[in-house]
Order: sequence, then structure tokens, then C-alpha cells
Amino acid sequence: MAAKTLTIDGQMVSAEEQQTVLEAARDAGIRIPTLCHQEGVMAIGACRLCLVEVAGITKLLPACVTKVQEGMDVKTNTERLQKYRRMILELLFAERNHVCAVCVSNGNCELQSLAMEHGMDHVRYDYRCPKCGVDLTHRLFGADDNRCVLCGRCMRVCWYIEGAGTKNVSGRGVNSSIINDLHQPWGAAESCTSCGKCVLSCPTGALFYQGATVGEMTRDRSKLEFIVTAREKKQWIA
Amino acid sequence: MDRLRVATVWLGGCSGCHMSFLDLDEFLIDLAQKVEIVFSPVIDVKEYPENVDLVLVEGAVCNEDHLEVARRLRERTNVVVSFGDCAVTGNVTAMRNPLCSADCVLKRAYLETADVNPQIPREPGIVPPLLDRVMPLHEVIPVDCYLPGCPPPADRIKALLMQLLTTGSARLVGAQIKFG
Repeated sequence: MAAKTLTIDGQMVSAEEQQTVLEAARDAGIRIPTLCHQEGVMAIGACRLCLVEVAGITKLLPACVTKVQEGMDVKTNTERLQKYRRMILELLFAERNHVCAVCVSNGNCELQSLAMEHGMDHVRYDYRCPKCGVDLTHRLFGADDNRCVLCGRCMRVCWYIEGAGTKNVSGRGVNSSIINDLHQPWGAAESCTSCGKCVLSCPTGALFYQGATVGEMTRDRSKLEFIVTAREKKQWIA
Repeated sequence: MDRLRVATVWLGGCSGCHMSFLDLDEFLIDLAQKVEIVFSPVIDVKEYPENVDLVLVEGAVCNEDHLEVARRLRERTNVVVSFGDCAVTGNVTAMRNPLCSADCVLKRAYLETADVNPQIPREPGIVPPLLDRVMPLHEVIPVDCYLPGCPPPADRIKALLMQLLTTGSARLVGAQIKFG
């Protein structure tokens, strides 16, 4: 496979030609923040947190779906990017009802950690305070739309790792929501195999184990990567 | 040197932030050398005074009285700090916002779920009317500093106070701005 040489934050980086900017940066030890990215399933560039600047291109590009190119000059952490990332996080907090103090994922939440990392000490936008449902019909799991950021990780692991196709997105824009089968209660969704991969993938407190209370949700996401590596590379690396 | 005139205010919150303030323990003694508490739920002063240097405001803005207090303290204070998640985000106090208006929340709480003597408390001039929407403090008045946390741990309060006392302004970062 041909190698490409590019510059990320002033550092010369060598990458395989099929790699994305995000993969190349991570291999080089450069952290680009992500939220909708999930190892093992296809990237969709939904959350925009991984936006980077590429010299010669005025648009910002999502690192997770941008392939590396020879001679590319990438900047991952400029003032402009920091400004937009904080704005994205504030909009995510304003869009649904993220009440960290009483959330199952308090202390183990990717959204909460990203907010800290990006200096979000308050939200400048008015909170929308939408009325959202909580689905507790499944025997093992619960779903709380108040905490959902619509990253689509649950849907992608359900379709592409488990192959069940229970989780889907319904609606458009601000009215989007994650649904089960034909918009049925989770407990009534016949395609669900109760594998729990969606719960493992969820970055916030939107999906949880029944009975989990404030701050109790911890997830071992490496299990998802383990399954994918085992399937694709026949390597059983724990 | 004159001591800094400091106030603390309790709007729509559980007083947990004030409890956390008291958790400053022996630092309170050092603090007393540098600041004078001129208004607070823990001292007996009824009127918010003029010329306050710094105020910590706990709680969200939930009723007409909170609105009035917030506007008054802004007029009379140099540095306003949103103290804790309710003031910063609305937090648990704002969880009624997605449900319905003030009237229907009161009806639910005081009539539908009452076991005995169902009635909505109404005492004009004494019980302030609820606002339809609970707001974080910065939606009502300009805020100078944010101190998140539910409640903010004592060391976080101390870090912010130290910055304010030494430089006159403050901005917390990293783990010091964790919500919840």
C-alpha cells in the first residue's frame, strides 16, 4: 500500500493512503476531539467536533471522513477551531435536557468531558427544553431521549456489528430521534437481540442498564473494538 | 487595607452550594481577614446593600422575586459569580421547563398529588409568583464568572475566590468546570 506524507500541526506524518486524517493523527499521537466517532463502524462526520483546517481549503473538514493526501498541511487545534468546537458543544447542551447532576453517566460521559476540555463553563444559547421521552420497556436496557446527542453510534453498532438493525433515526433536524424498529417501544421491537452493543457505544446517558442510577453507568467500549478486530483480522486481542 | 465587601445570595436552589461554601472549613478564617460578608442567608441582613464588591449567586431564576433580586444585585455589585449548576445551567430546578407552564406545574404538585387539603399557595406580596420558564442567571443579568458543580466542591470555590482576590477576575478550566 502506498504511503502518503503530510503535516499535522507542524509534525511530519506518514500514513497509509486509505487512512483518514483522524487515523493518521491518532497514529502520530495527536488528539483530535470526537463524539460521533466509534472504532469499528463507519464514520459519518455527524458531530463536527473533529473539524480541522487544511491549508488551501477555506472550508473546515471533518477529520473522520477526510482521506489523507500527499503534502496536506493540517491544523487541528487553532483558535478558530477551538471557538467552533465550544459552540458545537454549547448547542448540543442547549438542544436537549442534559442535567449532569442527576444523569446516570455523570463522571463517565464523553459530552461532559468534552465540555470540560473545551472550557465550556456555561452555555451562551437559550436552552430549548424539549419534552423528551424515557423508554423503560426493554427487559435489560433503558433509553432517555433527554440525553441523546444523535451521534448515531447506537444505530451503527446495531446495524454493522450486531447486524440486527433495530435502532434507526426518525424525523428531520431538531425533531430527529432514535427509534426502535417501526417506532415501537424498545421492549416490543422484535429485531432486538438484547446484545447491549448500543448501550456500550452510547457516549452520554441516553442508553443505560436498567437499575443504574446517578453516576453509575460505566461502559467498556473496548469490547466493541475487540469484536470487530476478531471478525475482520481474525485476531483475538483483548 | 479595607476588606472586600462580599455577598452570597440564594435563589432557586437547594442551598447545597452554600453548604459547600461552609465546607471551606479553616479557609473561612483566612477569608474573614480579607473579606466582609455584607449579605447572605447565613447572616441576618434583610436588604441587599449598595457597593458590594463580589457576590456568589446560588440557584436558578424561578420566580418574580428572583428576577427582582437578580436585577438589584447586578446594579449594586461589581463582580457577579454564577455559583453552582442551578445558577449556571438551570440544572434540576429547570427540569420543570419541558413539562408545562407555571400554573400547570403548581396544579400537578399541589392539587393532583395532594393527599390532604389540596390548594395552591397564593399570598400576593408574600409568595412570589412562579415564572413559566426557569432560567440560568446569565439569561437575566450579565454574569462575570461561572463556578459550575452540583455543588461546586469547596476546593473549586477556594480556587475561584483566590483568583478573584489576587487578580480581580477569574476563569476556571479543566476539571474545575465539571458540571454535575
